[in-house]
Amino acid sequence: MRPQTSDDPQTRTMTLEAFADTIIPGEKRSSDDRAIAGAAPGGGAVAAGALELLEWDATGVSGGLDDFARALNTHAQAHTAEFGLPTDDTVPPFVALSYEERSAVVKRLTAPGHPEKALWVSLALFCNMSYDSAAHMSTADAIAAGHPGLTSMGVTTPDADGLWRFPNFSYGRPLAALHPDTTASGSPA
Amino acid sequence: MTSVERTDVLIVGTGFGGAIAAYHLAAGGAKVVMLERGPWLGTDDFEHDYKLGSSYTRIFDFVVGDGMSTLGGNCVGGGSVVYFAAMPRAPRFVFDRKGSIARRMWPSAITRDTLDPWYDRVAESIPITQQGWEDASYSGGLWAAACNHAGRTANPVPAAVDTTKCTNCNWMMAGCRFEAKQSLLFNYLPAALAHGAEIKPLHEVQKISKNEDGDYRVHYLRVDDEDYRETTGSGTIDAKIVVIAAGAAATPVILQRSEATLGPMPHAVGRYFSGNGERLNTAVLNEDRVRDVLGLDRGDGLAYAANQIGKGPTVANWDRLDGSLPEYSRYSLEQLYFPPGLGTILALTGGADPSWFGPDKKEMLARWRSWLIIFQMIEDDNEGVFGPPPERGNADRLSQQMLGIGRLSYKPTLNTSAAWAMADADVKDILERDGLATVTPWTNDLVGAYTVHPLASCRIGDDPHTSALDDGHELRGHPGIFVTDGSAVPGALTVNPAMTISALAERAIPGIVRAAQERGVAVTYGAPAPSGATNGRAGVQPLIPALLRK
Ligand SMILES: Cc1cc2nc3c(=O)[nH]c(=O)nc-3n(C[C@H](O)[C@H](O)[C@H](O)COP(=O)(O)OP(=O)(O)OC[C@H]3O[C@@H](n4cnc5c(N)ncnc54)[C@H](O)[C@@H]3O)c2cc1C
Repeated sequence: MRPQTSDDPQTRTMTLEAFADTIIPGEKRSSDDRAIAGAAPGGGAVAAGALELLEWDATGVSGGLDDFARALNTHAQAHTAEFGLPTDDTVPPFVALSYEERSAVVKRLTAPGHPEKALWVSLALFCNMSYDSAAHMSTADAIAAGHPGLTSMGVTTPDADGLWRFPNFSYGRPLAALHPDTTASGSPA
Repeated sequence: MTSVERTDVLIVGTGFGGAIAAYHLAAGGAKVVMLERGPWLGTDDFEHDYKLGSSYTRIFDFVVGDGMSTLGGNCVGGGSVVYFAAMPRAPRFVFDRKGSIARRMWPSAITRDTLDPWYDRVAESIPITQQGWEDASYSGGLWAAACNHAGRTANPVPAAVDTTKCTNCNWMMAGCRFEAKQSLLFNYLPAALAHGAEIKPLHEVQKISKNEDGDYRVHYLRVDDEDYRETTGSGTIDAKIVVIAAGAAATPVILQRSEATLGPMPHAVGRYFSGNGERLNTAVLNEDRVRDVLGLDRGDGLAYAANQIGKGPTVANWDRLDGSLPEYSRYSLEQLYFPPGLGTILALTGGADPSWFGPDKKEMLARWRSWLIIFQMIEDDNEGVFGPPPERGNADRLSQQMLGIGRLSYKPTLNTSAAWAMADADVKDILERDGLATVTPWTNDLVGAYTVHPLASCRIGDDPHTSALDDGHELRGHPGIFVTDGSAVPGALTVNPAMTISALAERAIPGIVRAAQERGVAVTYGAPAPSGATNGRAGVQPLIPALLRK
């Protein structure tokens, strides 16, 4: 499973998975899972479908994924060299990093002033969206399928017609005094 | 020979500013055409779905800038379709604001007293309900109880929501499936259509030029109905009067791009942008403390855990809306809901090393049901400036829908930053008392500051150096071009802006009607409210002569 060139599909997938897993970490799929660092219990962005979302051309980032993966590995190599971290040629350089080091790289790339910030923020945005809103699938289906993000957040199941309704929504009683300068129609005076 | 499409009045954009102008001009007898860059959706099209390509991403627009990202509507009805429908009037002191120019920035003719009759006209046209405590969502009630616990007041916010139809689904940003939200699709726009106005969706206006006869020519591109990155054709329409109401994030860009054909624009076009001082805080509530300290109980074993339930903002704290306080220290704090997708990534974990990603963020998301979002509207410094326009529209579109990169640059001044810090501290003081919650502001480091209330990028005023429009909303140096949307508002309002944008648009109409008459259009002013009600019209009658005095 040694990656041949930085462009081969497996390298690309592992690198992007490792990035997504840095944004919303999850547990390893198997004991020899390298892309997922295992920094948090339960499914993270990868299990939530981050790669599916990123690969969808509707996002506008799918065409640039090769470049993203290549650039991320270049940044990881520089980071590894800068801090004298151990190298591991069996996996892409970003994947070789510990969760803490991956996180440090992502922090740098998305910090104000970094020339590539906008690109990395957009990639992070979609990784986050795969987890917190399952933007690659219909929300009702995602909930029915036990999507890790929506399930963990406690998003409730919609009615049979796919719509949400909350008949109970209010404490139903006055909970504060009104501002003294309120007009008859309820606006500030 | 190609036939030239002509109309009396061409309106760019179908949000508040566009719809109000379209209705009155069409009802008064003018031929009106509206061009809208987004699609035309109706009630049954509005889905409860976060999937890209559902109504949520079709009708919503998110433009990332340098230091400021803007969010808005992208459909027929504009922001009214995606907005939260809080419709308060702006407090009296707002109209005396000086802001960054050290003298009153509003036209001298406009005060709360002279605007009130126009607010009344809007309130008669868009049904606005004065909400009671029984309408406040759990999150609104929680905010009220926390304010009360801290010795503050709190008010249910007036809203354009029919509470008898509302299901508290909190999907307002995807369009209202239950016809509870009184968007422009139910009042001004159908009334305009009934009077013969025409709406052309998926027509994105790029620029304006002038014909030899003095008419204007509006140039548009046709946008693909699924992939907004694609265009499918182009065209022009000639008009005697042009009303630009593309929203404060788009109107100045059209004018900047028109400079090559129309000649120099006033200095204030694309300057003085305000984000209405918006900033969000996320509180993660301790459910036990909510029960013990505030005595709240939903009656189903839960104290709160109701972030998902409701109808956007329902309760606000207005204690700092006090005209005796210095400028930049007055603000409102409004409970809000923001859906996942856009509403979680910017939330920061607490602690020593707050972060927007990672294991702690995942933990924070696991407590999402116990989130309470508080929306600050402070007085900012109108520090936003638009750079040269992109190739088309107001952004380079990244995704097929919703996400693009624009040219707005916003570097908060010390006044703005200090006001945000003050409001942050206030929210913390109210919500962290007695262990109720931990509160963090959203980060401005990722997409800059952000606003759903873009304002002032082409503003009215008395001073030609600091305002692009005269007090009748006519573009200085370009007679016959009017701007009636949020870009005309001079500055931050400390409350939600749609009510004020609409009142100003109503107030601009008599002048636009007169300009049309002067160009030979057979049109009169004086339509009733879209429903036929006439109190509002009677109320503004005494103000019109002064308005038309040149
Ligand atoms: C999520 C959200 C919640 C909000 N909640 C509230 C609230 O509770 N209360 C409140 O007062 N305000 C709220 N707002 C703000 C409110 O929606 C706006 O202030 C208001 O819609 C602005 O009105 P407008 O006339 O300036 O422009 P808009 O309503 O934005 O209309 C502009 C229209 O022009 C179109 N357009 C843009 N460029 C072009 C072009 N080149 N060619 C053709 N058409 C174009 C747009 O697609 C849009 O339809 C909210 C906004 C958002 C995004």
